[in-house]
Amino acid sequence: MSGHEQFAEDLALLALGSLEGKERVALESHLQECAACRRELESLRGDMALLSLSTAGPKPPARSRERLLAAVAREPRGVATSGQRWWWILAPSLVAVALALVVVFLGRQNLTLRERIAGMESDAVARQVELRQAREIVSTLTASDAMRVTLVAAKAPPQPQGKAIYVRDRSSLIFIASDMPAVPAQKAYELWLIPTSGAPIPAGVFKPDAHGSATVVNPPLPTGIEAKAFAITIEPEAGSASPTMPIVMVGAGE
Amino acid sequence: MSPAEFRAGLSDAALVSAIRSGKEDAMAELYDRYSALVYSVSLRVLGDAGAAEDVLQEVFLQLWRNPDWFDSSRGNLAPWLAVISRNRSIDGLRKRRPETDVEDVVLSVEPDMAGDADRATAMTKVRTVLGGMPAAQRSALEMAYFEGLSHSEISEKTGEPLGTVKTRIRTGLLTLRKAFQT
Repeated sequence: MSGHEQFAEDLALLALGSLEGKERVALESHLQECAACRRELESLRGDMALLSLSTAGPKPPARSRERLLAAVAREPRGVATSGQRWWWILAPSLVAVALALVVVFLGRQNLTLRERIAGMESDAVARQVELRQAREIVSTLTASDAMRVTLVAAKAPPQPQGKAIYVRDRSSLIFIASDMPAVPAQKAYELWLIPTSGAPIPAGVFKPDAHGSATVVNPPLPTGIEAKAFAITIEPEAGSASPTMPIVMVGAGE
Repeated sequence: MSPAEFRAGLSDAALVSAIRSGKEDAMAELYDRYSALVYSVSLRVLGDAGAAEDVLQEVFLQLWRNPDWFDSSRGNLAPWLAVISRNRSIDGLRKRRPETDVEDVVLSVEPDMAGDADRATAMTKVRTVLGGMPAAQRSALEMAYFEGLSHSEISEKTGEPLGTVKTRIRTGLLTLRKAFQT
């Protein structure tokens, strides 16, 4: 006996396949670490093989050989299952499943990237619009040919004040007001462009903030209209097609 | 040299290697070498020619399906087949499924059982050693090996203490081993 003596009898039972329960668990755990006991287990199995020889004598029927070889011929190699090789058979399926998962993952990633690109393009367009508007504002404010108008209340004090900066060729108008009294409920101020000829043209509806300030930037205007004055009236919130008297503020070009 | 003579000259390891390549005639050669060994062990355990033949078919077919089942670096084929045949037969006897499809049976044994003459000599020696054993020891060993009885079952059957049964089984196996050690 070259293994550990305390396991000697249990090793024989393990070789025979009759060791169960905690004794088997303990011995198998010991065998993981003990080469001497592993060797002894192998020798005990060899002893069992010797014992098998005592049965020698009977021979299988002749048909058994034909039966086996027929079964072998019927069974192409690589088709059968075994404990160690089963995964080879499943491998194509596993690869297919893995590829399908990769395709789904890449598809989702592709969709996400497309959405991000679309979002970035949308942002870029919006920023270009904002930039163009800012340039127009600066251009209007600084244009040498801009008409600058100061509007004041018909009766002072207080002195509400509005400045309209208008570039006819670009139909660009910026209006900045201060000290404006609050408007009645459901009413708003409406700015009017008074052309040199024809009816007043609506130039934006606005309500002053808590400080009485308000701005109107580039309201929709017909192109190339020459203005002789700007005026403000109080109108319904949605605005009017024609001014409702009285005119609360007015200013003519300098 | 005829193909049959050529095959007969190949080692067990070479034949298993040929089986790995799908050579059916290598399978036939291995069957010719070891079918009697596998069958006789199974017949002893099962006591039924038909059932023993089924185990014989199963063991060789399993080897054909999975030649790696036998690892020639971890023992010789003949003793390995003898033990595998016994284990499968005990499984059949006790109506239990094998614990695994492929048993990891590694063994080492002194005599070379590859040749018919070697096996015949070893068989005579084993029978002599068994004949020389005390009857109780031989009986315990054979009940454990050929009937697949646990030491508890043998103890119940014989009325002997568990420890005595365990000792008899182990001592019986060691006695066989010692007879082949020079």
